Amino acid sequence: MLISDLFEETYFAISANKIRSSLTILGIVIGIGSVIAMISIGQGAAGSIESRIQSMGSNLITVMPGSQRSFSQISSGRGSAQTLTIEDAEIIAQEIPNIQAVAPELSQRYQVVVKGQNTNTRIIGTVSTYPSVKNIEIALGSFISDQNVRSNSKVAVLGPTTRDDLFGENTVPIGQTIRINGINFKVIGITQSKGGTGFGNQDDMIFVPITTAQRFLAGVDYVSTISVQAESSQAMASVQSGITNLLLRLHNIGDPQMADFSILSQQDILESASSITDTMTILLAAIAGISLIVGGIGIMNMMMTTVTERTREIGLRKAIGAKRLDISLQFLAEAVMLTFLGGAMGILLGSGLAFVISFFTGLAVKISLFSIILAFSVSAGIGIGFG
Amino acid sequence: MIEVKNITKVYQSGNVETKVLKGISFSISDGEFVAIMGPSGSGKSTLMHILGCLDVPTSGQYFLGEKDVSQLSDDELADIRKKKIGFVFQSFNLLPRTTVLRNVVLPLVCANVSRSERGEIARKSLTKVGLDETLFHHLSNQLSGGEMQRVAIARALVNNPSIILADEPTGNLDSKTGELVLKTFQNLNQQGRTIILITHEKYIAEYAKRIISIKDGEIIEDVLSHHSEAV
Repeated sequence: MLISDLFEETYFAISANKIRSSLTILGIVIGIGSVIAMISIGQGAAGSIESRIQSMGSNLITVMPGSQRSFSQISSGRGSAQTLTIEDAEIIAQEIPNIQAVAPELSQRYQVVVKGQNTNTRIIGTVSTYPSVKNIEIALGSFISDQNVRSNSKVAVLGPTTRDDLFGENTVPIGQTIRINGINFKVIGITQSKGGTGFGNQDDMIFVPITTAQRFLAGVDYVSTISVQAESSQAMASVQSGITNLLLRLHNIGDPQMADFSILSQQDILESASSITDTMTILLAAIAGISLIVGGIGIMNMMMTTVTERTREIGLRKAIGAKRLDISLQFLAEAVMLTFLGGAMGILLGSGLAFVISFFTGLAVKISLFSIILAFSVSAGIGIGFG
Repeated sequence: MIEVKNITKVYQSGNVETKVLKGISFSISDGEFVAIMGPSGSGKSTLMHILGCLDVPTSGQYFLGEKDVSQLSDDELADIRKKKIGFVFQSFNLLPRTTVLRNVVLPLVCANVSRSERGEIARKSLTKVGLDETLFHHLSNQLSGGEMQRVAIARALVNNPSIILADEPTGNLDSKTGELVLKTFQNLNQQGRTIILITHEKYIAEYAKRIISIKDGEIIEDVLSHHSEAV
């Protein structure tokens, strides 16, 4: 039997059993399609989480106060120390190389009142470099200036969600007055929405000069965090160690274990986030893998019925002089053709599904060659194995 | 020329040995039309399997042409079936949902006949069994029983085999179409084809020229039929 004859026979056999063939193909299509769609969605989600983290500011290093141990060995918990000051931030900006910008901030929640409307939101006292460090853009008006910081001005920049809560949507409240903790502030600007939701919403905030926040709102002289933006991702490690050494010296601490501050780089956050999304991708792939196995069992089942149902045909083929090898080859060719057809259609379906999902949910979707190869080879393996 | 010498066949199932053929010997010359007749369980189907090279005897010799084929391997037997034997079955065994022409072409595919010649040979063979040309592209399951069996005969003929083995070819047909099929065999025999017809019905066996009757694995009678006397 020649190869071309084999293909012809296979073609006739498959087209003679259209319903059965198409059901088999459907099983494979769904198996492969779901693997590809799930892996694509998983990787897309990983990508979107990564970019969300990047949107908090790129090459960001956050210096936070550590636990306070000044009077006894009793630790009062991370973040409780009040050791970081505006001066620390200024010295970091002056002494550490490869730094783009430094923005200290003091954040606390207060009740905010405007003519009957009121809300409780996070008030961030900060400086003029904050927008560039945190990737915040100004939609209307202006951000806090160095002059505002120097003169303890009572001015405020609202996040868009806060603006909606206090003044109503799409209003322009610049020049209006809001009361924060009983003190009048003049609104000078509105930030651009960053699209965050829920916990840590970056749109629901009010920015005021840090000096104003320290003196009039909190009545303290420390800051809650210092955000540092490195010039490049390569410089982050050196900037991080530079800040550590500098602050240890400034705070007169000899033992790094006793440091009254902690430094978190964006790299760390990214790493932990990507480990989460990796797990998610594996989870999705496992689910898809199970459906692939189910699809594979479908193929086996179909092949079994084909063989038992066609014993008569096999007998006939033997009677007209087909060798055992010829017959096996024919069944193999049928299986291969079914799985390959199904595989090709499955790839199309999976990609299509991924695109539809990304279209309707806005979730970024990545279709990776890896997932395609994986899904395809599994189905081909099953097909060939059982054919 | 077929010659079987003292053929036996024993089936073993578990510890039970069943002796189906108990030393059968006969010879059939080229151009004969022989019926092998016997009730069910007489061993005639086993004999047909051996004659058709689908199985080998437990002992004894089987000469097909000049060659002893009683001890060949599976693949060698397949080769002999391909070249020398045409089968016609009780249940036709056509490929369902496949055209008539395609069914007849099938043995030619196995025999590596060139693509261009296949259609021509198949058509000739179908014409020989008296099938109408309009049916050639019908699907096999759309045909009547008589038509199906004639397609099956055409398929058996297409490789120009030296023997045609027909196993109860009229078993699934009404008597009228059955007669048509048997007449087809007679025609083929008159054209010089060797035909072995296996049946359990006396009146069907009468269409052949010679009747070998078997019972319980042994030949009980080997006679010329009334039909041949009439001719």
